[in-house]
Amino acid sequence: MKKYTFTEKKDTRSGFGAGMTELGQKNKNVVALCADLVGSLKIAPFIKENPERFFQCGIGEANMIGVSAGLTIGGKIPFATTFANFATGRVYDQIRQSVAYSNKNVKIAASHAGITLGEDGATHQILEDIGMMKMLPGMTVINPCDYNQTKAATLAVADHEGPVYLRFGRPVVPIFTDPDQKFEIGKAWMVSEGKDVSIFATGHLVWEAIQAGEMLEAEGIDAEVINIHTIKPLDEEAVLKSVGKTGCVVSAEEHNRIGGLGDSIAQVLVKHKLVPQEYVAVDDSFGESGTPEQLMEKYGLTAKDIVAAAKRAIARKAE
Amino acid sequence: MEVKELEKIASQVRRDIVRMVHGAQSGHPGGSLGCTDLLVALYFEQMHLKEIDQESDFSMNGVGEDLFFLSNGHISPVWYSVLARKGYFPLAELATYREIDSRVQGHPTTHEGLPGIRIASGSLGQGNSVAMGAALAKRLNKDDKLVYCLMGDGEQQEGQVWEAANFGSHHYIDHLISFIDLNGQQIDGPTIEVMNNRDLGEKYRAFGWEVMEIVEGNDMASVVKGLHEARSKAGHGKPVMVLLHTGMGFGVDFMEGSHKWHGVAPNDEQLEAALDQLEETMGDY
Repeated sequence: MKKYTFTEKKDTRSGFGAGMTELGQKNKNVVALCADLVGSLKIAPFIKENPERFFQCGIGEANMIGVSAGLTIGGKIPFATTFANFATGRVYDQIRQSVAYSNKNVKIAASHAGITLGEDGATHQILEDIGMMKMLPGMTVINPCDYNQTKAATLAVADHEGPVYLRFGRPVVPIFTDPDQKFEIGKAWMVSEGKDVSIFATGHLVWEAIQAGEMLEAEGIDAEVINIHTIKPLDEEAVLKSVGKTGCVVSAEEHNRIGGLGDSIAQVLVKHKLVPQEYVAVDDSFGESGTPEQLMEKYGLTAKDIVAAAKRAIARKAE
Repeated sequence: MEVKELEKIASQVRRDIVRMVHGAQSGHPGGSLGCTDLLVALYFEQMHLKEIDQESDFSMNGVGEDLFFLSNGHISPVWYSVLARKGYFPLAELATYREIDSRVQGHPTTHEGLPGIRIASGSLGQGNSVAMGAALAKRLNKDDKLVYCLMGDGEQQEGQVWEAANFGSHHYIDHLISFIDLNGQQIDGPTIEVMNNRDLGEKYRAFGWEVMEIVEGNDMASVVKGLHEARSKAGHGKPVMVLLHTGMGFGVDFMEGSHKWHGVAPNDEQLEAALDQLEETMGDY
């Protein structure tokens, strides 16, 4: 395993906020909207520097999506921001008709995705958002792994023409990617090469996958870890190349096992190369209150869960 | 343009509507006929539009021109007819309404590249939000042109409409003129029976809008006068809401005033009876 270290932990939402601050200075067409969660989305600096380019929507997410779609008519690049739950499930039809079907250049920027927002509990912990968003024709779905990558993704999606769902979260997680990285939409990132099992991870589970890779290495298993920050369009070539070498797969995501990254990878495998796949994901349930660490443990999303899944996948190769 | 000329166009548009819905044997003639006078007056008299000599002249961004959004997308026949008569796309395409491989879809869409349309609509309640976004883009672009949006009265039952009502006054979107087609009918029956909207004027006033009425929404002179009045109210710090009283099915006597013609196509005899009441002024498509 390639060695990754970190000196600092931060929340990925702060990476989004930093990206917005930079976009505020760089791209005059970028505008921001928020549904009463400015502090949580970390966009206060953007608003302070560009007050005329921010539109507070109050607690009215449906209207926010429609206003965002309208802002693109006139050449603006709106970032519609709120919690992932309210940015997707609550406004699915507005996104479907006014954004995706109308092919509007709206960026839906969603914080507090998954269970690790923690104590607020299941009403706020969406685990279905990747599935809903990736089913929309033309929608790009991005789930970066740390602060630096979230910032880079924020800059990249502003330059990308078309609707984007950008997903990030609340918990502080290690910063292990390059602060000056170039974010390529749709291009998987090889974290560490290996030959025994392919671990495809997304979001902050990439860090769990790195730790899992080290634990497996100690047991003599050579894991390949790949960061799938773009779930749609999926880098099928990277998936197939890796699987061609390793012959088995673990997918790891903070999402329902139904409809997420794992299913996207399974579709590729079914079509092109059938190999064993094990899911590390929430097993078709809602979340609950708890600390992020407790929830990761209880819902089976930690490095040791990835290790166990890797061993199961490898064992199935012999079947 | 003279009122008489606008009336002639309206008569032809009404013929187009009835023929399109008959041709497809589906669609929504009632609201389309009721809003014909408004759309004709907007496109042929009121709105500042860029000249369209060929399809590629249509600009999605619409900078420097007035914009129109149709929120109640099911009355697409009237919009399609007006757009075609205005030269946005070939008249002959009206004959493909609701057919496979057509740009003239059941509900308006940008997806097939039909010039004149800037957002899909059909799922109700979304248009006024979109119109406000477009109006804010105009503000940022220092573009002094206006944005218009038409909604239905049944549509006022959607929650998003009231999120938008809050937003419009809060952000002083005063270069937006919205209309509610007050025909008092929706699919399941009279609006007051299905879900009583009560006093929409009072509601919008309470939400901080400038509210006015066009009492004779099917009288062209009244519509034109009302539009001039609405335009004079723009730019004074409040979004403008025009309550447009129309008759569902107006212009075809047996369709008038009944929800039964909200979404039903005429048969061959009914088509003939309808066309007998509508003068062919510009040549049928």
